Amino acid sequence: MNYNVNEKGYYGVFGGAFIPEMLYPNVEELRQKYLDVMAEPDFKKEFNQLLKDYVGRPSPLYFAKRLSKKYNTKIYLKREDLNHTGAHKINNTIGQILMAKRLGKTRIIAETGAGQHGVATATVCALMGLECIVYMGEIDIARQAPNVARMKMLGAKVVPALSGSRTLKDATNEAIRDWINNPVNTHYIIGSAIGPHPYPDMVTRFQSVISEEIKWQLKEQEGRENPDYVVACIGGGSNAAGTYYHFLHEPDVKIIAVEAAGLGVNSGESAATSVLGKEGIIHGCKTLLMQTSDGQITEPYSISAGLDYPGVGPMHAHLAKTGRAEFMAITDDEAMTAGLELCQLEGIIPAIESSHALAIFEQRTFKPEEIVVVSLSGRGDKDLDTYIKYFKL
Amino acid sequence: MNRIQNKLQEDKKLLSIYFTAGYPSLNDTVTIIQDLEKSGVDMIEIGLPFSDPLADGPTIQASSNQALKNGMTSEVLFNQLKDIRKTVNIPLIIMGYFNPILQYGVEAFCKKCQEVGIDGLIIPDLPVDVYHDEYKTTFETYGLINVFLITPQTSDARINFIDSVSNGFIYMVSSASVTGSQSGFGDENTAYFKRIADMNLKNPQIIGFGISDSKTFTQATQFAKGAIIGSAFIKFLSEHPIDKISKFVTSIR
Ligand SMILES: Cc1ncc(COP(=O)(O)O)c(C=O)c1O
Repeated sequence: MNYNVNEKGYYGVFGGAFIPEMLYPNVEELRQKYLDVMAEPDFKKEFNQLLKDYVGRPSPLYFAKRLSKKYNTKIYLKREDLNHTGAHKINNTIGQILMAKRLGKTRIIAETGAGQHGVATATVCALMGLECIVYMGEIDIARQAPNVARMKMLGAKVVPALSGSRTLKDATNEAIRDWINNPVNTHYIIGSAIGPHPYPDMVTRFQSVISEEIKWQLKEQEGRENPDYVVACIGGGSNAAGTYYHFLHEPDVKIIAVEAAGLGVNSGESAATSVLGKEGIIHGCKTLLMQTSDGQITEPYSISAGLDYPGVGPMHAHLAKTGRAEFMAITDDEAMTAGLELCQLEGIIPAIESSHALAIFEQRTFKPEEIVVVSLSGRGDKDLDTYIKYFKL
Repeated sequence: MNRIQNKLQEDKKLLSIYFTAGYPSLNDTVTIIQDLEKSGVDMIEIGLPFSDPLADGPTIQASSNQALKNGMTSEVLFNQLKDIRKTVNIPLIIMGYFNPILQYGVEAFCKKCQEVGIDGLIIPDLPVDVYHDEYKTTFETYGLINVFLITPQTSDARINFIDSVSNGFIYMVSSASVTGSQSGFGDENTAYFKRIADMNLKNPQIIGFGISDSKTFTQATQFAKGAIIGSAFIKFLSEHPIDKISKFVTSIR
């Protein structure tokens, strides 16, 4: 079984490029050039240099001793929260800004949910001196205020998305409309492993540094490259794709994908796409999608803005369909509790997105000798307001 | 021969109107179609509303939202249209995004179109390549003409490919934009209209996006077989009762 994208842009039956003709020239140019550009020695050198000196990679692979003791297994945290700007998102924006420059683009647009991708995009635009416009749902602007301020300080223009559920899906719609209106000078930096081919594959490749590092870091610490499990939360699926990438074809590594159940999978207020979704088309790709029987996209819900998306990246839809990954759904309450537990056991305040991945230890037992690597995709600073309200701090 | 192909052979410039089915009220669909024909419109695009219309500006987004709130679905639309061919003769095209059609089932959707007398489809997010490889024979089985878009950025090679796959007309998007965001055409637009006209394609072209009044209609049809008005008509419907439709049409030509 192949879990990577094929030459037509599909992962099994999922993927492709279902885009209006207006976007074709840009997406096609990217499709033709992305692999060649990424293979250029100059590109690789600049990318790796920035990941090292600017982002601060490699990010530590940290053995969480007290957490491991509590759950009687070996838990390692991949510390993407320690990256510059506080999440894994910057791995992708560094790659894409270098791509945009090589394609001769001068104006950058992005969508954002939690604001982490928006901040990471604003950051690289400041770094490269490029104009930056970030679309963000009106609801998310309210619940992630610190990140909105950060983007503004970094020189980005933050445009509220006022349509639909006014969250990540609608911000993505607005970014795509902007790209239709500005087809020549603009590059769209998509923030997750979603969108038309080649975006899911390109984003996955830029994020794959996460699993590349896990391999040698685990070898150093445990004498073996492969853990028993890799675990990550899934919004669109970019930190997950990066965490899984070098293990996809290692059958002894089990994959766990954690979705946001919101108030409960069957509560009507959820974002658990692999359970609630059916095959459909969103933002240019065929994937699992939450929708009505008439094919209208439904509005998801999660306490975490970064997981509040009605689809998943096509690679993850394929991993779900083939059974390569085990999907779990974690509620708001379970995630918040797990987040607080990490603070108190390890002194790390996680992003609420990442807290979803940490919550699986209450649901599922692992053997004492098993090694479980969890992607700690981001830090919780941006979520303080939500934590304060939730725990009445 | 399909009604669209017949209409394209008439020796006149064609006025085509887009409206969102189920807007302003759920059951206005048939009345709007009948009134548009009576007012002299040559062809109609019936918009099947979608929750996330990527290629549409605020006006059509709003009419789509309202139509969905009113209860419009593919099934409701086909029911409303079941007797439409008893009263209406001009070509009717359904314009909608791909996901609702995919959920209905592409073949079932095409079959239903043929049953009620729909002549063609415009599906902006179904790329020509996918259509060509996966759906062309289904469309042809049910006598449907599929219409593709081209834009100022579409390469000549791709235009020629689209021309070869088309058997009705080519939908020329007037400029790089979502629907409804143009106010009048400048030199850049007319240069593009002329460039395409000079390609002498097998299929005639109809220009859409940004046609809003008699001036833009005349400009566009100087170079093309016809023009499509969408947002401007939706805006009119949002401001006038539907029995004033003929007023809008006569203001165009
Ligand atoms: C910290 C963090 N983790 C996870 C996500 C979810 O995105 P993805 O599934 O692409 O990793 C986000 C998105 O904003 C995030 O900020």
